[in-house]
Amino acid sequence: MDLAQFLSDFTVQNVLAGAILLGVSSGTLGVFAVLRGQSLLGDALSHATLPGVALGFLLTGTRNLGAITAGALVSGSLAALFVLLLVRNTRLKNDAALGSALSIFFALGVILLTYVQQSGASSQAGLDSFLFGQAAAILRSDLPLLAGLTVLLLALVLLLWKEFKLITFDPQFARTLGLPVATLETLLTMAIALAIVIGLQLVGVVLMSAMLVAPAVAARQWSRRMEGMAVSSALFGATAGVIGSLISAAGRGLSTGPLIVLTATALVIVSLLFAPERGIVWAWLRAARQGREFRRRRLLETMFGLAVDHEDPGYRIEEGMLRAAQGRGVRGDLRELERAGLVEEARHMPEEGNHWRLTGAGFESARAHVEGGGQGEEPA
Amino acid sequence: MSLEALLNDIPISIMVTGALVAVAGSLLGTFLVLRRASMLSDAISHSIVFGIAVVYLIFHVVSGPVQIIGAALTGVLTVFLVQSLTSTGRVKSDAAIGLVFPALFSAGVLLLNIYARDVHVDAHTVLLGEIGFVWLDTVAAFGMQIPRSLLTMAVVTLVNLAFVLLFFKELKLMSFDSGLARALGFLPGVLFYALLSLTSVTAVAAFDAVGVILFVAFVIVPPAAAYLLTDRLPLVILYACLMGIAASILGYWQAVAWNVSIGGSMALVTGYFLLAAVLLSPRYGLVAAAVRRRQNRRRLGKRAIVVHLYSHEGLDDEEQESRPQVLQEHLRWSEAQAHRSLRMSLDDGLVSFDGQRLHLTDKGRELARDILEPWQRA
Repeated sequence: MDLAQFLSDFTVQNVLAGAILLGVSSGTLGVFAVLRGQSLLGDALSHATLPGVALGFLLTGTRNLGAITAGALVSGSLAALFVLLLVRNTRLKNDAALGSALSIFFALGVILLTYVQQSGASSQAGLDSFLFGQAAAILRSDLPLLAGLTVLLLALVLLLWKEFKLITFDPQFARTLGLPVATLETLLTMAIALAIVIGLQLVGVVLMSAMLVAPAVAARQWSRRMEGMAVSSALFGATAGVIGSLISAAGRGLSTGPLIVLTATALVIVSLLFAPERGIVWAWLRAARQGREFRRRRLLETMFGLAVDHEDPGYRIEEGMLRAAQGRGVRGDLRELERAGLVEEARHMPEEGNHWRLTGAGFESARAHVEGGGQGEEPA
Repeated sequence: MSLEALLNDIPISIMVTGALVAVAGSLLGTFLVLRRASMLSDAISHSIVFGIAVVYLIFHVVSGPVQIIGAALTGVLTVFLVQSLTSTGRVKSDAAIGLVFPALFSAGVLLLNIYARDVHVDAHTVLLGEIGFVWLDTVAAFGMQIPRSLLTMAVVTLVNLAFVLLFFKELKLMSFDSGLARALGFLPGVLFYALLSLTSVTAVAAFDAVGVILFVAFVIVPPAAAYLLTDRLPLVILYACLMGIAASILGYWQAVAWNVSIGGSMALVTGYFLLAAVLLSPRYGLVAAAVRRRQNRRRLGKRAIVVHLYSHEGLDDEEQESRPQVLQEHLRWSEAQAHRSLRMSLDDGLVSFDGQRLHLTDKGRELARDILEPWQRA
């Protein structure tokens, strides 16, 4: 089957559309979750949607996406409220509250899941697919609902962009401006829950939280403005969704969720390493270059100091002495400086090893640097 | 009934296994909750799916010492990756946790998907556990047949118990003052890694019973509930273990009554305990807090009345200010509040009423003086 044929396949089209909707919604909302330090809230919420999913299944008796989505949204929101109750009114901290909400709600979900199975009214296969996600389970009739929810979500974010941005970076200031911060925070948490619900069918309850975190972390590497970050996060999310679900649809029944998550993780790794400015590789290279420059300047200054002490600009210095002064091998750095015309090898007592001395240019360069308080021109 | 028969009795073997998971988990979970690192147990228990899959593919075992070592290494790997990501300064620690464990979990699930279908271990079991079937798989030990999971969990529980007893002082110091622990040379970092390694070992020993996600309920929820009940660390651990054991017993019978997942039911019962602690804890519960607030409000009401009367005593407006109607206006109280406070002041004999105006009794005057001029106290 060639690519064009594959892409015109009906199921594949559904999956692609679902993956794009998933990526765009969770990518956009993930930016807020990550910047507000709520990455793990997403984890708790996504696990906590399970009882709602099972209940939606139980009430309608079939895999009705509308009922399942509504149920998931309700139980996710209840879990968020439970976390809030614990953090505000008890001495439990955020982490214990999240862990408790996650595991208790998930336990309830497992109970309902087994209840659905033993009631035998419906095939459990449709329900199981919500644990790890299943691309093939997306139906054409699901798409209008998913698209509608995504549009709703994006409209909300666009409408309240300024407010959401403000409570993300400076909630105190937002409060002094008279913004209803608590309401906005609740709205944002609800929106995050909605983004989770949109992706459940593809990624599953266990892994959905990763789709909030990974695209946003990757996007942060590429942009220092929140607008740019949101757009690239949505793009990364959609890319991971499309690639992961295509592999799953083409492959031998591999779970879709893990494939999407691993694709998103790969995007994160590439972004962390190679993004311009914030890429770790560039930072390493910069640090290595600076280390090299610093070492050579110090070498030059050591030689300058010895030349001054011996009142001889061309004073010949044993290489072993320079090695001791630098605390490491100096041959490579000396060769570099020699190429720049700042030092030269000097024949002197060959039995004592190699000797080096400053050239005229090297002496002047080092003097300019030392007398300029370290502000002189750069050597080599 | 002999011990062997007891341990092979189906309900008892299930409840004992559940209780052992809860005790082993709570022993470690207490310190995770105190260190505010609860979510690391969630991350670790997801990540060990990767360890379980890799060890299975290489050695074709799902339990035993190799699996345990693999789990410990996976746990350490998880924490190491999280800390490395955080130390790049480009990812916050919560986001780092949220990146690492889904990636390892995904890799594990895919490996199981590809290589281990329809064999001893599949993604579904790893996730949800099969505590209902622990009695099926028995091993010979101490001259009798014992369910394998039960035996493994018993060993792990003993190891955890030994760890906590042996390093109790160090763990306590690490939990409450990590800086001091480091200054005194107790290596809190190493101890923390040991704690997390044991958490992963416990998770891998427990996964075939309760699954990797419900495991979090056994580690975090009982200590969280116990932490609301007492301030003494040994009691936190004790209460957590007791609640865990009770959850296993009650959870089993609840599951039987509803005919649902036993592991899920046990985990849900830990949730009942947490909710009960949140509401009913004598010191930190919501009910106790509401009662305290109410008592304070009442005490304040009585004190406001005597101070009001005392400060106008002997002045020109005494007559005017001592009428009950004035209280509402001058103290800005609602009618009900004024009425209630007055009633209680009268009941306590702090003031008296002659049909016209209020008088301070000696007792009331004494209280007012005590409030206004505490330095005159004898």
